[in-house]
Amino acid sequence: MVNKKIIILLILLFTLPGCSGSNSNSPSSNSSESQIYIENKGSDTIVNLALAWAEEYQNIHPNISLSVTGGGSGTGIAALINNTVDIANASRSIKDKEIENANENNVEPLEFVIARDAIAVIINPENPVEKLSLQQISDIYSGKFTNWSEVGGEDRPIVRLSRETNSGTHVYFLEQVLRLGDKENPTFFSPLTLLLPSSEGIISEVSQNPNAIGYDGLGYITDEVKVVGVSQVGSTEYIYPSVATVNSGEYPIARDLYMYTNGQPVGEIEEYLNWIFSEAAQEIVAELGFVPIIK
Amino acid sequence: MERKEAFQTFLITTFIRISGYSTIFFVGMILVFILGQGLPALKEVELSSLFSTRWYPIEGFFGILPLIGGSIVVTIGATLIAVPFGIGTAIYISEIAPRWARELLKPLVEVLAGLPSVVLGFIGIVSLSPFIREFFNLPTGLSALTGSLLLGAIAIPTIVSVAEDALDSVPKEYRDGAFALGATKWQTIWTVTLPAAKSGVLTAIMLGIARSIGETMTVMMVTGNAPVLPTGLEAIVSPIRTMTATIAAEMGEVANGGSHYAVLFFIAIVLFLISLVINIAASAVVFRETKRSEKILS
Repeated sequence: MVNKKIIILLILLFTLPGCSGSNSNSPSSNSSESQIYIENKGSDTIVNLALAWAEEYQNIHPNISLSVTGGGSGTGIAALINNTVDIANASRSIKDKEIENANENNVEPLEFVIARDAIAVIINPENPVEKLSLQQISDIYSGKFTNWSEVGGEDRPIVRLSRETNSGTHVYFLEQVLRLGDKENPTFFSPLTLLLPSSEGIISEVSQNPNAIGYDGLGYITDEVKVVGVSQVGSTEYIYPSVATVNSGEYPIARDLYMYTNGQPVGEIEEYLNWIFSEAAQEIVAELGFVPIIK
Repeated sequence: MERKEAFQTFLITTFIRISGYSTIFFVGMILVFILGQGLPALKEVELSSLFSTRWYPIEGFFGILPLIGGSIVVTIGATLIAVPFGIGTAIYISEIAPRWARELLKPLVEVLAGLPSVVLGFIGIVSLSPFIREFFNLPTGLSALTGSLLLGAIAIPTIVSVAEDALDSVPKEYRDGAFALGATKWQTIWTVTLPAAKSGVLTAIMLGIARSIGETMTVMMVTGNAPVLPTGLEAIVSPIRTMTATIAAEMGEVANGGSHYAVLFFIAIVLFLISLVINIAASAVVFRETKRSEKILS
């Protein structure tokens, strides 16, 4: 009988510490001396930027631990709705439906625009096509064009690459490029569009497949792929994505990047967000190929 | 002393009994859970929409047929690759290989079984998919074929180790008897050893199939994930989207309930049913085999 009691005691000893501290709404801190954890999750577009910020911020404030994970904007916002993250990253603004769901869980999403991003349309360097109009890109992705010769290229089939549907980039591209910003427009991605789970997957396929067309945030573009010039509807001027063309509003496929918190942030989270808007943090934005916000 | 031993026996048998029952309990709980989460899909989405061919959940298109078709195509492909190679390797290791090759091959197969699927997927993206595209002159190498080849590689170790154990447990007397009757080595393997180990070999094949239909990471990385209903032979070299990849890619987005969430669990139910059918079919075949062999013996 004594044995049994000891075993139960041991089990309790080992399992109890695991239960404490989980599921807390705010960064957990036992005393001012101990580590403070901030959970940051969401958009894969933002994840590199958020990581760079987190590293820099942890250098300045060694008592703060930032945990940054990707997964897609939808994933981050879902986590915010379920109140399992402190800051959610999103490359699209939160949907009305999601705000409703959040309110049902007593979560009040608060939006911060933390940087801007251009989405570059990319092709294989072997592909002779240099520029495309928004309409042409829309027709390629909707399945109207199936051969590169229809947009001035070689006689090759077009392989369309896109991010998965939980990606903010996917939703943005659907609304602003395929549907040309028109909410009533019923255009869809062609079912033949390959939905790849990561930005790197798109770069890797485009860099080795001369049939492929893809899109990715400017921060992800490498030398292995070719960026095409894009023209607005009704314009014949082809613009390449860059910090200058995004800030001037010339490049047509550019968007804001967001962070969401549950209600007005306080304490360490507030300090972190304030730091993100500082000049030092926005310099990191430019270094990673995103567009800094001008205050 | 005696009391202490009785108590130990009691403790051990209780532990073993609980372990045994817990398997049934967990499978039951999983079934209850996915049924509870997935069946509302039938209420929220019309049947005609659920069994249509368009999957685009963020706009409310929940046709799961392309996903079922995609899973079936890669699984058949993987089976066609893994079964001959797997059984062949098992026969070689168990019946033909000299002792040193056997000692070398067995651990190597186990190493292959331990390869994380994400690593295979990475190899698939970087080298297999470009090779497939150039070799077959396809628009893209991210296709069902690439997925099948990698899934085959994942299923082979499972098939080899289970089938090899089955062949190994065939009594030596069977082979000796066949040789004594003047059978060649090949005739012995094909007409005596393999039939004697049939139930174990079939179990190996079923486990391999189950392994391929449930595999997620690799197929998500290399099959292109385009939800197109496979029709005709060219589906083998076209991009497809499997049920497992769909659940993995989209579950994170829908943690807040709703019809998309329910439909993803409905897909899990379908997957569960398919695995169940494979298992029942396998045990039915194995059961029939034992009955026949009993008849021969009696």
